[in-house]
This record gives sequence, structure tokens and C-alpha cells, in this order.
Amino acid sequence: MTAVLERQTTLEHKNRLTPEERRSVGVGVALIALGLFVFFFFGLRIDAGEQATFNLSLQTDRFQDLSWVVDARAFSLVVGVIIVGLGIWRLTRRALRWTNVSLAVGFALFSMAFLAWAAAGSQFSLVGMLRSTVILAVVVVIGALTGLMCERVGVINIGIEGQLLASAFAGVVLSSAFGTWAGLAGAVIVGGLLGWFLAWLAIRFHVDQIIAGVVINFLALGLTSLMSARILADVQSLNAPARIPAWRIPLLADIPVVGSMFFDHTFFVYGMFVLVVAIHLGLFYTRWGLRSRSVGEHPKAADTAGINVYRVRYRNVILGGMIAGFGGAFLGLAQVARFEEDMTGGIGFIGLAAMIFGKWLPFGALGAGLVFGFARSVQQKVAILNIGIPSEFLLMIPYIVTIIVVAGVVGRTRPPAADGQPYIKQ
Amino acid sequence: MALELRGITKRFPTVIANDDVSLAVQPGEIVALLGENGAGKTTLMNILFGLYTPDEGRVIIDGEELKHADPGAAIAAGVGMVHQHFMLVPVFTVAENVILGLEPLKGFDWIDRRTARKLVTEVSDRYNLSVDPDAMVEDIPVGVQQRVEIIKVLIRDARYIIFDEPTAVLTPQEVEEFFQIVRELKEDGKGVIFISHKLNEALEIADRIVVLRDGKSVGETNPRVATREQLAELMVGRPVLLTVDKEPATPEEVVLRVDNLVVLDDQAHRAVDGATLEVHAGEIVGIAGVQGNGQTELVESIMGMRPSLAGTVSVGGEDVTKHSPRQIHQLAVAHVPEDRQESGLVLSFTVTENMVLDSYYDPPYSRGVSMDWDAATQASQRLVDEYDVKTTRVDVPVSNLSGGNQQKVIVAREFDRDVKLVVASQPTRGVDVGSIEYIHARIVERRDQGAAVLLVSSELDEVMALSDRVLVMFKGRIAGEFDPMTASNTEVGLAMLGSEGGDDRVAS
Amino acid sequence: MTELPPDNQPDDAMADVPEQPSSEGRKMMRRMTGVDESWRQALVVPALSILLALIVGAVIIMVTDVDAWRLMREDPVAALGEMLEGVWVAYRALFLGAFGSVRAISETLFTATPLILAGLAVAVGFQTGLFNIGARGQMFMGGLAAVWVGLHVELPAVLHVSLAILAAIVVGGIWGGITGLLKARTGAHEVITTIMLNFVAAFFVLWALKTPAFQEEGSNLPQSAPLPESVRLPAIFGEQYRVNIGLLIAIAAVFFVYWLMYRSTLGFEFRATGFSPTASVYAGMNVSFLLTAVMFVSGALAGVAGSTMTQGLPPYTVTSNFAGTIGFDAIALALLGRSHPFGVLWAGLLFGALIAGGRSMQAAAGVSVDLVIVMQALIIVFIAAPELVRTIFRLKKAKAEPAQLTKGWGG
Repeated sequence: MTAVLERQTTLEHKNRLTPEERRSVGVGVALIALGLFVFFFFGLRIDAGEQATFNLSLQTDRFQDLSWVVDARAFSLVVGVIIVGLGIWRLTRRALRWTNVSLAVGFALFSMAFLAWAAAGSQFSLVGMLRSTVILAVVVVIGALTGLMCERVGVINIGIEGQLLASAFAGVVLSSAFGTWAGLAGAVIVGGLLGWFLAWLAIRFHVDQIIAGVVINFLALGLTSLMSARILADVQSLNAPARIPAWRIPLLADIPVVGSMFFDHTFFVYGMFVLVVAIHLGLFYTRWGLRSRSVGEHPKAADTAGINVYRVRYRNVILGGMIAGFGGAFLGLAQVARFEEDMTGGIGFIGLAAMIFGKWLPFGALGAGLVFGFARSVQQKVAILNIGIPSEFLLMIPYIVTIIVVAGVVGRTRPPAADGQPYIKQ
Repeated sequence: MALELRGITKRFPTVIANDDVSLAVQPGEIVALLGENGAGKTTLMNILFGLYTPDEGRVIIDGEELKHADPGAAIAAGVGMVHQHFMLVPVFTVAENVILGLEPLKGFDWIDRRTARKLVTEVSDRYNLSVDPDAMVEDIPVGVQQRVEIIKVLIRDARYIIFDEPTAVLTPQEVEEFFQIVRELKEDGKGVIFISHKLNEALEIADRIVVLRDGKSVGETNPRVATREQLAELMVGRPVLLTVDKEPATPEEVVLRVDNLVVLDDQAHRAVDGATLEVHAGEIVGIAGVQGNGQTELVESIMGMRPSLAGTVSVGGEDVTKHSPRQIHQLAVAHVPEDRQESGLVLSFTVTENMVLDSYYDPPYSRGVSMDWDAATQASQRLVDEYDVKTTRVDVPVSNLSGGNQQKVIVAREFDRDVKLVVASQPTRGVDVGSIEYIHARIVERRDQGAAVLLVSSELDEVMALSDRVLVMFKGRIAGEFDPMTASNTEVGLAMLGSEGGDDRVAS
Repeated sequence: MTELPPDNQPDDAMADVPEQPSSEGRKMMRRMTGVDESWRQALVVPALSILLALIVGAVIIMVTDVDAWRLMREDPVAALGEMLEGVWVAYRALFLGAFGSVRAISETLFTATPLILAGLAVAVGFQTGLFNIGARGQMFMGGLAAVWVGLHVELPAVLHVSLAILAAIVVGGIWGGITGLLKARTGAHEVITTIMLNFVAAFFVLWALKTPAFQEEGSNLPQSAPLPESVRLPAIFGEQYRVNIGLLIAIAAVFFVYWLMYRSTLGFEFRATGFSPTASVYAGMNVSFLLTAVMFVSGALAGVAGSTMTQGLPPYTVTSNFAGTIGFDAIALALLGRSHPFGVLWAGLLFGALIAGGRSMQAAAGVSVDLVIVMQALIIVFIAAPELVRTIFRLKKAKAEPAQLTKGWGG
């Protein structure tokens, strides 16, 4: 359908450019607008000589009192000019391979200028923000990996949100009653069960996969809210999971900035990185991956090669659910450390967007998740600075970023060919 | 030692696809399974290969019965199938496609790519197939893709190999090469079932011919004694005309002119790359070519459904390069699209709704913002009668109709007005012989009434029989022009492969 | 959309299958719903789905009865009795809250009003192959627009009410149209964009209700000043009952949507685009425009739903959660009503009863109204998987019906 639409859209433009050229021009216009915004609304609004101080160390770090001081006004003005320059370069429609890179660089610079503006005249913990970027990315990345596991075999999973929520609930209750490991195991099992439920509806009954996913979200939301109101409100000791200590990795954690960002976390964060690498290797180097991908691209070809399409789909969708369970456990046990009604707040859908943004690749999901984590982290830290933007608008940022992402900031993406299509044998 | 199908019956919700069919093939024998579209050939083979479960009957391979519908079991029993629509994953390499399902491993689940590559090269060399194991399947021509399918089958040690319409996508030259491979397989002691609706090919390659009609086995003959006419009658159930009956054309002014057109496909490749052609009033111009040489994109661009990057299209002297499909439709252009189920019809709509699909917005079907369904139903009823569409009522979903009748709905809709230009893409694909004859007659009738006709078909026989002029399309360009009365299929086939074949090349 | 994948369909059916004789009723049914089955058959699965949902709901009430579980070790029989009594109390309260009195019926109709409108919004999307999960956001934006008109324009009653609803139509429509436009221009999947826009709208409302444009002077509560009399939706059965002319608007909308989808030229284009975008491009339709237009219509309907929850909801001071869960209920409702306007009407009344009853259940029996969400989810499951229902009740198997309503991310 996208192809049809794209063609028709180009028909209306009638300007006879290739899709890449049009994209380059679009990105160019966007960058120029962004650059001008930085120049006039950040740069010129900062008082001359005001300095922004970025702290590069946390109180727990071995090396203290590292910081980076910039002249906020000069910095913003220069950055604005650079972004406009990038935009003009895009308008020339040359070096089309660099469109996405230009866009990424433009947005990174924009973020820096924004922070300089927000922190002008005061201090801002840059390393704190980067560290929470990683933490806030975890659920998004795991959500994206869940989606990827399912879609690589041709099953769309819109129920990630519900899987996260239900497993967070299970994790919190079981951890409160029996300890962390029971909580983790319970969360993973509940996630896996919901994965099985999705697969069962989609494969056994050919239920429209998107509807099946919506059902999972409903069920999870309804059941957890109901039990939260009827049970957790009554027995509060069930909503007090055991604290999970950070595993500080010796030496690596002492590296300035990078150490706090990556090497001083709970096992969940390390688990996320392990999952990314493992799924990447699995998908592209093993028999499991080859078969999974063949089922997602051309299930009939897989069937004629003697591969049981249904079994592969069941297995991967259940595995995906278990991964979501791991994410839910992180949310309930570590990130929030208690259960709250509707505590996922749409993050499963953001994970789905990250999967698309990451082009159905594990490392893509990681990158996309970090972008979202960054957006959320900026929003949280900037809210503290009290810069005059209503907090509601800052809270919108991750959702708006998601819309921009699925609206094709990355350009053309290619989902698995059989994504969302039931496979029916006669 | 044989592969046997005994008393196979398979029912679908609306049809009985196979009705008590039996068939056997010995090692070292080539059996052709002949029948027209919809006779039930593919269903039968899908049962043999374990893709469908038969409602009745048994499949026996070398004395062992295949119990469950499971391609894995069929493969293990020694059956291999080269499907009409290739069972290859486009984004995998040749080697990945070949080893799928029997991956060589080193260590736990880790694929041994070197062994995989070696396997492909070995088989490829043994049968002279020259296939590169590292090429991405979506990047190689269909002829080569077919060889990949053959390698897949051979590597699984198949003793019986089924080819489902294997020549549909090949040029005459490629067909020759393909037959050579099949003969080698036979020498090797493989039992081959060759499914086709093409009489000549069955006569040329088979040791034995079994004819299927309406799901039933209606006869078995020896190709050395059978004639084309006999086989045709057996296939269709009545005598058939094997040629199109028409007068010589009397071409007049130019109606369609395509000049140096460049069009991108969905992957942004230049599918049409500087094509130039003209079609005059009162003539049928056929475009021959191997599928995927830009025919689809050419037609879509002419019809305003796909933007062009360069060049112009004009209809009746008016530049329509940037026209929308509706504007072009309103210039009295009829379009029979390539994929009737995708583009030509909305399958869940009724016959009536489909009959007005591209004229619903004007009176009498529309009164301002509101539809006049009574007027539409009347018109639809008239068209159904006039164009011999077999349907019980006009308010049933068009998906209930057979392929031939669906195609007649499109023809009726498109031809029921004064048309200056007819663009017909694969007008008879997957259609029964009766409907083919009918649709051909209607196209010729339109020509005789003075319309210009552009015919695109991957069936070379159809192009040669119906056209007054034949253009060959190769890699997005017009690679040659032929007179179908004098040129041979071989000459045209050579041009389809891109070699210098045309006597009078157009706009070089 | 019952069709075999092309590969499995015998290329060419040999003969057209004779049609079964068709009664007038069936013909009517097919005409109105596109469903080719008798009324009775069409009702069996939905009815059994509701029954099953009630049964599962009962189990959930029992399992989550904390007090009964505490009793379980000492006296299992009494505990079980207590659980069953809990179910009885809850369901009795649910039934009485829905139908037990004139007030209850008024509450049911009142609750059904926005549900019908939002259900129509989702149904229109389904008919065009779009899955609009964004009714919530569209309700927020439309409702907020109505509030703004209510507070800032001074007009006589009839005009004021109309203008506020018009504002809801336009703003809700635009909010929906954004999704259509994004899909048309960039292929962004509507499921994701509508959900994200729901969050954006919710935050926007949260912010707006704290601004002087909406707040009462001197108040710092996040809620609007009371709406003036002139913009409130008049009650139908007197002031003591909440049901208001919103209900009539909803019923009018049902007929309008029926006309739009089945009788108008635009509706023909909508449906063609929904079932086959490729064929509609071929037929010269402007798919981009149609996607945007249908999402506008959908959003506008949801916007009206939003306005009934502001202009029609006593005490007429609007808080930041006036859309409630209606946007989600609407999805279940559209499925239950098979995306047909009349089906949506009945489903809306049913859900109105369920939710109105659920509220009195929460008050009387302490069973959270979240149970209704669970029951709705179950109803969707059973409706979407009729085979499951048939298996449970051992009904005769109907012909296979793989219903794929939505499409993947593209391609």
C-alpha cells in the first residue's frame, strides 16, 4: 500500500525527482528551519557572556568535578549556522547517501544547542542525562526487540505494551512475595504466555494480528488495574519489590562519563546489551535465524523446504513475549520499583516505533531506543531547570518524536515481506 | 518403483478441483500433465507435494504411502517440486535459498557457509547450470532463478521432480536450454512430471501425456501418435481455433506516442529506460518480452499510475505525461490491467459495483453526492448479458466469479464506450480457453472499429497471433520490431534475450 | 474480505457455483452489512461472546476476592460461597444499574451516546481499511474546542450549542485528518500515529485546562470554568435525568454514516480504497485525499463524542479526563457491530448498559469498573475468533473466514 501511495503522492508533486532527491530536499528544508530556529530562538535570546556549565561527573564517580563550560550564546549561534549550512548542502541534492547522516548530525547539534540554551547561566549534569538516557532506553529497546522477534517471522505484535504491563505486574507481586529472581521468572513466564496467546489467536484462529494485539493490551490493562485495585490496594506488602543492586563493573566503571553511562547498572541493562548482540548473531548466522527470516519473508517457500511455518512462528512469538517479560520486570522491579496502574504509558508503542526506525535490525533497535531514551532524558532533566516551557509540552516530546520517526524520517524501510499475513494451508 | 497418485479428490469451498484423478510416473520417464487453466493441475501437484490435504485418495511413493500433508515428508520420500511461482526468498542469497531446511552446521546451530557454497557449486557444475552461490536472488534473472529451484530439488536427492508450468517465464531459447536440462535429469534416472497448458511443449518433451479437464483425467496419449488438434480438443472438450481470425490492419493516424520514457520501479531502478513507440488507430501493437523488462512500469506510466522521470506520453496528440489516471480515462482510453485481482477489481465488491468502478462519479450512476444504484444495477445487468458474463446475479461479490468471467467484467466495463485507445496487459492470463477466444475477438473488434490497441503479454504465442506489429521490450527499451506474419518465434525470442534480432530496429 | 490467498485459489473456477436461494431478509442483510448470512447466524456469535465474557468475568471476580481467599484455609466451603455471593452481588448491581429503573435506563442511554459516536468513528475507519485507535485524542481535541466556544462565544442557546458542536467536528476532524494525511504522504501506520496523538492530545488538554483561557478566574484547579447554560446539551426527559439531545445527535449520525458509506459517491470511494488501494488508484480515485477525508470524518465523529462529554456532562466543569476509556471501548463496539452503523447503534446501547451497570457495580459491590475493560477485550477476542466460540459451544463449523481487517506496515 505504501508503494501505491508513494507513487500517487509523487504524481501530485509532478516535479520529476527521484525519491532520494525529494527526500534530500525535504531534509534540507527541515534542517534550514531548524538551524534558523536555533539561531534566532536560542542564540539571540541568550544574554551575551552567559555560560553554560555541563557537569561530566556524578557524586559516585571516582574522578570528581569534571565539567565543560561553554559560552552559550556563541555556541548556539555557531550551531545554528552549521545546521543551516547542512540544510543548504541537502538542497543541492548531491551526495544523497549522506541525507540520513546530515539529519542525525543536525538533530544532535540541535539538542546540544537546546541544552546550552536551557543551561545558560547555570549548571547541568550532562553525564547524569547520558546515564539516564541508557536507563530510559532499556524498555524501548526491549520492546523493539520483542516486536522484531515477532515481525521477523511475519507476526505483527501490537500487544508489546500489554505484555510489558502484565509482566511488570507479575514481577512486582512475585518479587514482593518471593524475591527478585522469582519476580523475574514470573515476569518472563507471563510475557511468554501473552506471546503464546497472540500466536494462538493469530495462527490458530487467523485473528487479525493487530486486533489480537489490541486485545492483549486491553486484557493486560483491565486485569492489572482490576487486581491492583482489588488486591494490591488491600495487601500493600505485595507492591514492594526487593531492591535490585547495581553491579558496578570494576575499572570500566571508573572511566569518566562512559563508566557511569554503561558500566554501573543493574543486570537488566547489561541484559539488554546481551540480547541485542545475541539476537543479531542468531538472526544472521544461525540455522534458527535463517529459518525464522525465511518464514517472515516467504512462508510458502519455507513450507516447501520442509520447515514448519506454524511452529517457527509460535516459537519466536513466545520468545518475543519472554523478552517483553524481561523488559516488564525491569520496569516494575528496577526503573519504577513498584506497580502503578497503566505504568507503561505507551512505551510499548514507542518500542514498536523504534523497531521500525531501526529497520528491523537489533542494532538498529538499540540505536533507535537510545534516541528515544535521550529525548525522554532531556525532557526530564530540562524540566528541573524550569525554563518556561510548560511541562506538558516537554512530556509530549517522545510521542511527537515517534510520529516523526514512523512518518519516515529514516526514508524507505522494508519490513519483512510476509509481515502481518496469516499463513493458511489448505 | 514408481510415484503414484490414486483416486485423488480435492474440494474447495466453491469448486471440486480434482475429481478421482490417478497418475503414475516411473524413474527415467517424463510425463506431461496437460490441461488448460483451472483444470486442476496445480492443485493435484500441491497434493502430491504435501501442500494440500486431499479429501480422498492416496499418494504412494515407491510403495510407501504419504500419510500427512507435509512437504517435509514428501521431500524425504524423494519428491521435488519446481513451483510455477518460485519458492525462493528474494532477500536471501542463492546458497541460503538452496540450503534452507537442510542447513550444514558447524557447532551449535551455526551455519557453515563454506559448505553451503560448495554444495551449490558442485550441483551447478555437474548439470552445467552456472549459478553464482553468493548472488542475491532478487538480483538474478528469472531463468537463473529457475535453475536455483532445480538445484534446490537436486540437492535434496529427489528421485521424482515436478515442474509446474516451467516455461511460462522463459524465452524460446531458454525453453530449449531448459528441455536440455530435463533430458539430462531423465538420463540420470529421475522421474519427471511436466505440467503445462502448452501443447507443443508437451508433444516435444514428454514420453507420455495425461490430459486433465475440469478436475478429471480425460485421457492419456503417446506424443508420437497424438496431434495438436486431438490434444486441444481433449483439453477443452470441443474443437478449438488455434489461431485468431482477423483481417489485415488498416492503420491510420497515431493515437499513442511514447517518447524516450524513463520510469522507476518500486526499488527506484530504471525499469523503463528510454522507451519509444507509437500505436496507430486501427492496429494492434503487441509488446513481447521476458517478464520484468519494464512492461508493467511502461503500462502503469502510460495510464498515469506511475510517475515518469523523463520523456513524454501523448494520446491523440495531447500530452498526458502528467495526467492522472482519471484524466487519461476520460480521454477515451480503456485499460485492462495486468493483475485483475489486485488492480482491476475490488474483489469484495459486487459485480455492479465493479462495473461502475471507474465511471461511478458521473451521471447516470451518480447524482451529485449520491449514488444512483438503480441505474448502476440496470447498466450492470445489460453489460452482463451483452458480454456473456456468467453470474447468477449482479449483486454477488465478484470474487464468486471464475477468472474468465472476472476478466469479462473488466472488458465489459472498459469497452462499453467509445474508446480511442485500448491498453491491454496480460488480458488472458489465467483465463479458460472459451474466455480467451471471446476476449481476443472483442479486442480485434475494437481495432476494426478504429481504436488503437497496445497489447502486452508474456505469452509469445498470444502476441504473435493477435498483433499487427510486434515490439520486443528488453531492459526497459524497445529492442526490436517484427512483422508477426513473417517473423518466427525464434527470431523474436532472440530479441527478447537482448541479442540483435530485429530486421528493422526502431529508434536505435 | 473473505478471500483465499491468490495462490490457494484455483486459478479458474470451472463453473460458477449455484447461489443458494436467498430470502429478502438475507438480501437486506447483505446489502446493509456486506455479511452473507441469516440474521440468526449473525447474532449467534455475538450473543455467545457476551455470555462467555460474563462467565469469564465471574471467574475473575471470584479469583480476585481477597477476603474470601483469607477464609479459604479455615472454611473452603464458606469461602466459595462468599465468592459466589460476590459474583451475584456484582452482577445484580450491574443489571439493576443498567435497566433497573428509569434513572438506570437514562444512565444507560446517556452512557451510550458518546459510545455510539466514537464507535461510528472507528467503524468508518474499519470500512476503509484504517484502524483508528485515536478516537480518544480526537475526542479530547474536539471536546476542548467545544469548551472553548462555550466559554468565549456568546450566542443564544440553539446557535451556541450548534456552533460548539461544529467546532468539535472541525477540530476533531483535523486531529483525525493529521493521521490520514501522514499515512497518505508518508505511509506512517495509523495505529502508531493515532496512539501517539492520543498522548499528545491528553497532555495538551492537561495544559490547556490550567490556562486562563479555560480556568475559572481565581481558581488554580486543572478544570474549566462552568459552561454557560446556553451551550449545554438540553435534557430530553427532564433535568433530573442525564440523557440529553446528544443521544438524538448520535442516532442521526448513525443514519448519516449509513447514507455516507452505502449511498454516497464518496462512500463508494472510501470503501473501494479500503478494500483495494491499488484498484482505486487504477479507477482514478485520489487515495491520498480519500485517506485524509475518511480520517477527517472519523475524527469529526469522535469530536462530537467529545463534545457530548463536555457540553452534555453535568456539572459542566470539564476536567482533564473527560474522554475516559470511550476511545478504547469504541473499538470493541465497532467490532461487535461489525463496523456497520446499525450494528454500532445496538452495540453502543449494549455497552452503555454494561458500563452504566459497571459503575453501580463498583459502587455497590466494590468490583472495579476495570472488569468491564476485561469483558470488552474478551468480547473482541470471541468476535474476532468465531471459531473459538463455535468450538466452546460445539456449534457447526461455518465456512472458513480469515478476516484480515488491517494491513501491515506497508508494501
